[in-house]
Amino acid sequence: MNTTTLTDEQLERFGEEMDAIRRRIIADLGDEDAAYIRKVVKSKNGFEIAGRALFYLPPAWPLAVAALSISKILDNMEIGHNVMHGQYDWMGDPALSSRMYEWDNVCPSEQWKHSHNYIHHTYTNVLGKDRDIGYGILRMDEDQKWHPYYLGNPVYALLLMIFFEWGVAMHDLEVENLVKGRRTMAENKALHAGIMRKVKRQALKDYVLFPALTGPFFPLTLAGNATANLVRNIWAFNIIFCGHFPAGVATFSQEECEDETRGHWYYRQLLGSANITGGKLFHVMTGNLSHQIEHHLFPDLPARRYPQIAEEVREICERYGLAYNTGPLGKQLGSVARKICRMALPDRPRRTPEPVVAEPVAA
Amino acid sequence: MNRILRSRAVAALTSPHGVDRYLEQLNPMWAAHEVRARVVSIHREVDVAGHPAVATLTLQPTSTWQGHRAGQHVQVGVEVDGARRTTRVFSISSPESRTGDRFTITLRANPDAPERQGVSRFLVERARPGQMLHLSQAAGEFVLPDHVPEHLLMISGGSGITPVMSMLRTLQRRTHRGRVTFLHYAQSPEHQIFAAELDDIRRSGHGIDVHLLHPELGDPNLSPAFLERLVPGYREVPTWACGPAPMVEAVRAAYDGSDALRVEYFKPPLTRSDGATGAGGGDVAFERSGVSGENTGATLLEQAEALGLKPEYGCRMGICFSCTSRKTEGTVRNVLTGVESSLPGEDIQICVNAPVGDCAVEL
Repeated sequence: MNTTTLTDEQLERFGEEMDAIRRRIIADLGDEDAAYIRKVVKSKNGFEIAGRALFYLPPAWPLAVAALSISKILDNMEIGHNVMHGQYDWMGDPALSSRMYEWDNVCPSEQWKHSHNYIHHTYTNVLGKDRDIGYGILRMDEDQKWHPYYLGNPVYALLLMIFFEWGVAMHDLEVENLVKGRRTMAENKALHAGIMRKVKRQALKDYVLFPALTGPFFPLTLAGNATANLVRNIWAFNIIFCGHFPAGVATFSQEECEDETRGHWYYRQLLGSANITGGKLFHVMTGNLSHQIEHHLFPDLPARRYPQIAEEVREICERYGLAYNTGPLGKQLGSVARKICRMALPDRPRRTPEPVVAEPVAA
Repeated sequence: MNRILRSRAVAALTSPHGVDRYLEQLNPMWAAHEVRARVVSIHREVDVAGHPAVATLTLQPTSTWQGHRAGQHVQVGVEVDGARRTTRVFSISSPESRTGDRFTITLRANPDAPERQGVSRFLVERARPGQMLHLSQAAGEFVLPDHVPEHLLMISGGSGITPVMSMLRTLQRRTHRGRVTFLHYAQSPEHQIFAAELDDIRRSGHGIDVHLLHPELGDPNLSPAFLERLVPGYREVPTWACGPAPMVEAVRAAYDGSDALRVEYFKPPLTRSDGATGAGGGDVAFERSGVSGENTGATLLEQAEALGLKPEYGCRMGICFSCTSRKTEGTVRNVLTGVESSLPGEDIQICVNAPVGDCAVEL
């Protein structure tokens, strides 16, 4: 649990510095950002068409799966996630509008925007409010009370990884609250109907129509489409789990976030997120969620801007003595895996809590 | 071909994005549902130094264009001001068209529009042949009836000539045998749109009386007495009137509630208040619920709630985009960034935007 290390004045100035970055980028949005996202959409369409077509050539099956996996990853991450955040709403293009965009995923965009944009991004890492802490299934923080159920933590995580898009689709149903009797089936009726509509469309496309179009190769195409969905699930799960669960990422209590100032909101977003280092292509394939910190500070700025402002954010953090959690994929993943296993067991006797203020940027 | 592209099978295969997202990348003129057009040529109708120019644009629409009835208008969307698609409505000036037919729009560059944001300024001053435009289908009830009356009266002012010109051209093409009285008000002969064509029509006779009037040069103003002299018993003659608001109001008064009159006017733009702070002043209209109130200067969400509306919202701090609504007209100021925006038909987050002067929102 975190307690604020900055004074109120410092928090206010910190917030103003973040607001200034935001204003500067917004004033600069234009042709380059539009050209970028359209190029990504074009690549995604190219990979998708190539993937679907290569299933007619059975020896090219691995290539087909690879192309379709890339298409689905781009669709869900650099395009879908970011477009639905309203990052490109300023363009006024209905094809890139947060109100209209629907992604290649079984979760209906309308429900995802509620659980993700509103709940997760507003109450980031606030225990009891942010349902992304463990997704109602896992124990990911010491302050979640231990229960023998959590002995299965690593198994649940593995299952969530494999069925990630289904987990995301069911996220808004709040099954854990249903089990605890805090939510009724009646409340879920409309949501459930929405999910089923989307599931039917996705399943019809990937598991009936496209396989059928390849005639005798039906089983191969079906398996290929399922594999592409699986690859996307595994990749998205791993990137997303590195966003908030590596060691050192702070969580917050509801009390300390009551009547929160804008400065404190920024502060919480910063300390509640973690980045992954990597090359340009890697960042694109993660939807720039490798810059989870910048994304949480400025969720509605086009993601291609995150690498540009990361240096500045880091410099500001250094001045305020705030931790900027980053590291290569392997390190962050290892840290997340250790946490998943550790949280399966009851807490060991209290050690000194992990320091919130890290040594000024060492990574 | 179009029937296949619009089939349920193609919709299922291209779900969730739709076939147009793929077609447009192969060729911008290919579409199954959306309507787009390529600018074929641009012809300056009026070019008086120191006055806004008027141009006629010939458009080649996609095969999805369903044609138009004489007098109808079309929404034209184009990217201005750094990839920001902005949409305006223009009357069609060419005679009635059928599916996929070329047609023309004639428009005056709006001198009050900011240089980089104005659609009319862009189309008249900067567009070149080859430019792609986003269109709606033709719409509007101000049309020539299928059964044309024996005598018609058309009254127009300034660029309000476009829909009645479409009607006049359509009548000529249909070789209408009856009588047409065509009355148009312009600033001066140099400002006369379609001058040469109207001159030809006047000389050729064919039962079309063309009266071009320039009150600033001493021609009579529009009045019941003048109309009575021109067309005795004019209140009983089927009449179409289109032009700026003062002219249309004068025509309305002259017809005294007669059913024979049909009008269309170019809606005057909402005015921005002169308040030094930019806050407050003017009226805020919530169009879907039909509620309006005095602009208090608070955010649109707060003002809507104060009027008893319950718009959807999430974070109330500009992050989650749950409250995004379409502002149809007026200026809003983003309370976080202080940036003002006057683009019509723009999606805004009502929780962080406050109206400046008059404003209308689709809520």
